[in-house]
Parts: sequence; C-alpha cells; structure tokens
Amino acid sequence: MSPQTQNTGPAVNEYEREPVPASAQKGWRSFLGMYAGEHTAGTEFVIGPLFVAHGVGAFDFFSGLILGNILAVLSWGLMTAPIATSKRMTLYYQLERICGYKMVSIYNVVNALMFCFLAGSMIAVSATAVGIPFNLTMPTLTTWLPTSLGWVLVVLVIGFLTTLVAIKGYNQVARFANVAAPWMILIFLSAALAILPELGVTRFSEFWAVANKVIWTGIPLEGVSKFSFWHVLFFAWFCNMAMHIGMSDLTILRYAKSWKYGFLSFSGMFIGHFIAWISSGILYAAFLQSSNFSTEFAPGPIAYGAAGLAGAVCVVVAGWSTANPTIYRAGLALQGVFPKMKTWKVTAWVGAVTSIAACFPALVMKLLDFVALYGLVLMPMGAVIFADFYLSPRFGITQEMAYNRNISFSNATFFTWLITLAICLGLNLGFGIDIFFLGLPGWFIAVFTFLILSNTLYPKGKEALV
Amino acid sequence: MKILLIIISYIGLALSIIPSVLVFLGKISMQTNTTLMAVGMVLWFGTAPFWINKKTDKDNASDN
Repeated sequence: MSPQTQNTGPAVNEYEREPVPASAQKGWRSFLGMYAGEHTAGTEFVIGPLFVAHGVGAFDFFSGLILGNILAVLSWGLMTAPIATSKRMTLYYQLERICGYKMVSIYNVVNALMFCFLAGSMIAVSATAVGIPFNLTMPTLTTWLPTSLGWVLVVLVIGFLTTLVAIKGYNQVARFANVAAPWMILIFLSAALAILPELGVTRFSEFWAVANKVIWTGIPLEGVSKFSFWHVLFFAWFCNMAMHIGMSDLTILRYAKSWKYGFLSFSGMFIGHFIAWISSGILYAAFLQSSNFSTEFAPGPIAYGAAGLAGAVCVVVAGWSTANPTIYRAGLALQGVFPKMKTWKVTAWVGAVTSIAACFPALVMKLLDFVALYGLVLMPMGAVIFADFYLSPRFGITQEMAYNRNISFSNATFFTWLITLAICLGLNLGFGIDIFFLGLPGWFIAVFTFLILSNTLYPKGKEALV
Repeated sequence: MKILLIIISYIGLALSIIPSVLVFLGKISMQTNTTLMAVGMVLWFGTAPFWINKKTDKDNASDN
C-alpha cells in the first residue's frame, strides 16, 4: 500500500477549484505506471512479513490476496473513477462543495495526522537498514518503544533529512522515485528468488509444498494473533480504502481520459500488493529459519541477508521515497487549514511530528492495524461523496449541498462521520469485530446516516434546520 | 550517447534479476549474486536518471 506518492505532487495543485479540461487529461500509460510505482513502496517490506508472523496459511494467503486485490481494483474502477471523470475535481474541492470549507479543514487535519504516522513508520523502516553498519539493536515484534539512544538518533537524522528534502526539493524526489520504481520491483522479486533454495525450493514444482510447510504455515509466531483468509481478503481490499472507497484518488483520476482507467490500478495491486507481499513474506520466512525463529523484526537486515547491499539500499529507498511525498502531502493538507503560515514552516512542523512518531517501532509492528484504521477513519467522507453523487437526487436531497445552499459547515456530514466511527468503535469494543472487517458495514452505515441526516437537517426547498 | 545510457541501464536491471535466477538454478553462489546485484544497482542509478524522466515526460505529452 501507499499513500498518494510519485507523480502526484505539484501537478495536483493545478485546476484545484475547477474541472480538469480535456486538454490536460492523460492517457492510460500514465496511470498504469503510476499505480505500479505507487504501490511498490516501503510498506511492502513490512506487510508481507507480518502476514507470515500472523500465521496465515498458504492457500488462505494466495486466495485472500487474489480476491481482495480484485475487489480493490473493482472499487477503483466502479466507485472512484466514474465520479472522478464525471466531476473532474480534487477530493478536497468536491468535499468542500458537499460539506462546506470548515468541515474540509477538520478532514485535512485528520488526514495530515494519518499521513504523519504513515511517513513515520517508513522512516522507522529505513532506519532498520541505515542502522546495519552501526550495529543498532533492532526492534522485535513486541517492541513498541525506542530500542536505544542510537535508534532514536538514526531515526531523527533520517527524519530531518527527509523533511529537509520535502521542503527544498519535492520535484527531484518525485523524479528519483520514478527512477527507483522499476529497480525496486526487480529487487523484491530477485531477493525472494535467490533465497528460495535456502528454504528447500530448487524447482518451481516444490514451491507449494514448501510454502505450506515453511513460509505460510498457518501457525502464528508466539504472542501474535492468528490471521485467516478473511483477514487477508479484507486487508488487501481495504488497505487502500482511503484512496478508492474513501475517494482520495479523485484527485488523481480526474485527469483520466476514461473512467475505465480506474481498472489500471490492477498494476499496483498485482505487482506491489501481490508479488511484493509474497516476496517479502518469503524473505522473512528465510530469516526466521536462519535465526531460529528470532522475534527481531527489521526489514533492513532481512533484505540485506537476501540481496546484500542492493537489498539494504532498496529498503532505504523504498522507505524514504514513500515517507518524503507523504510528509509533503501532509504539509499541503495542513496548509489548507493554516493558509497564512509559510509552506516550509508547515512542512517542518509535520516533519518534526513524523520524526518523533518514527522513534516508536510500534508504528511498524502495528502497521496492519494502523493502515486499516487509516482507511476506516477517512472512509465515511468517501461514502458521503458516493451518496451525494448517486443517491441524493433519488432521495430528494440537494446535490453538493454546501455549494448550492451556501453552507460552510454541514452538520449532516459531520455527524455522519462521528456516528459511523462511533458505531464502528462499538462493534470493535463491544462485539470484538476486528478492525479489518469494519470498513464494509461502516460504509453502509455512513451512506444510510448521511441520507437520513441530510433529509432531516436540510429538507429540500426549506431553510436548513440547524 | 542516450542509447548507450539506456543500454547500460538495462544491463543494470538485468544484473539485478538474472543472477538470482542463476542462484535459484544452483549455477552461482549467493555471494556472487549479491555482488552482481550491487553492480547492477550502481549501473541503474548511475545512468537511468539521465533518460527515464525525460522519457516519462515525453510519454505523458504523447498521451495527451
């Protein structure tokens, strides 16, 4: 998974408050490459191994990944892209027209905070590779707090450099990420292929037996919860929930010539979220075998063990090229809230929060939960956009309510967001439903609540009741 | 000159994947593999930045 990363920097500042004109629309090749690059990121070095640690069985893993990725592609193709190519507006402006600019400010703060934590986890991933020559004590699966002063120093230095680049040279980073993407994909594949003989696979026909016996064994590591087929399916579907069902990718897909380009997300799903997750899982299984099931969890040394210097550099580049645009984007989101503050100052503050968060390895160890939470928290706003676009006319609700009725803060949207998340929290705490499974009922709750509240609070043809 | 850079870049990519296939087939050692992958990395990053973004920009323009 990945936040919106490469190729989406300064370009999204264009046509911020108007539909993208036909002359600025892009062809399918741009989207094919962008999705493949975006979804082969630093997070992939963590997600694949975590599935191994959580004891997913081989059949559950492969079938869950295939189905979950297909559902994700369908979500982009059937939900996000048709709205994006019909309206051709950024997520933020689309939200503003439905919810009002004050409501969008709250959304921006939440979004920025999520971006900070995501970037923080990537800086921590990079630190596991940078720390190799310094012989740093690496975190384990149960480590939540900084492992040593050395760890904190390495993380803060990487955080500082990443923030500096985000302030000074975003364009260069985006261009560098374009260069790194094809190489990173090959390193994932190549490292896994080279390590397979150590796991006992010398012919492809032996792979499935070894996969079941040694890699995706169905038995979780000590102290780690067991994941099933359903965990894999829902995680693969919802790990980018903020982007497809949450509608963040309206900002990107508004440039698409056709709504069908949403289906090109298959390149990201089946390279990054399939090949890369399988590869990183294989690397982690080999590490577990060679370390006698050590609880250490550090992508840097794992990749170094399988691919040497190229592997370690790949971890640094993957983590950095994800963290950098994420910090930049968090800065942009916050600048909408503090328009008078200089961009570099906002980005510097974002970098400081991110770097402090990165000191805590909990962000890496709990990445699956965090990614699921990230999607869940932003999903209700996507549901609101979906309901406004497809359902409002049928239910007698004014479309783009804030724009058409001059509302600066839509209570219907705000309470939709709150009520949805409160019910999801209740389902989680009261009924023990895992966070991975809350997105689906949550989406229906959000759509239903929005329609009821909009009809009640803003009846058509009358003044707003609140 | 540009063609030469592109050829070297692709050699870099080839060195990032082919040695691993050879390790899998038992033809070369892991040590040789990691060395060749490091060489491939240097070749790729040493040459690709000089042409890949220009190509991407051109592709985007032709897409429009």
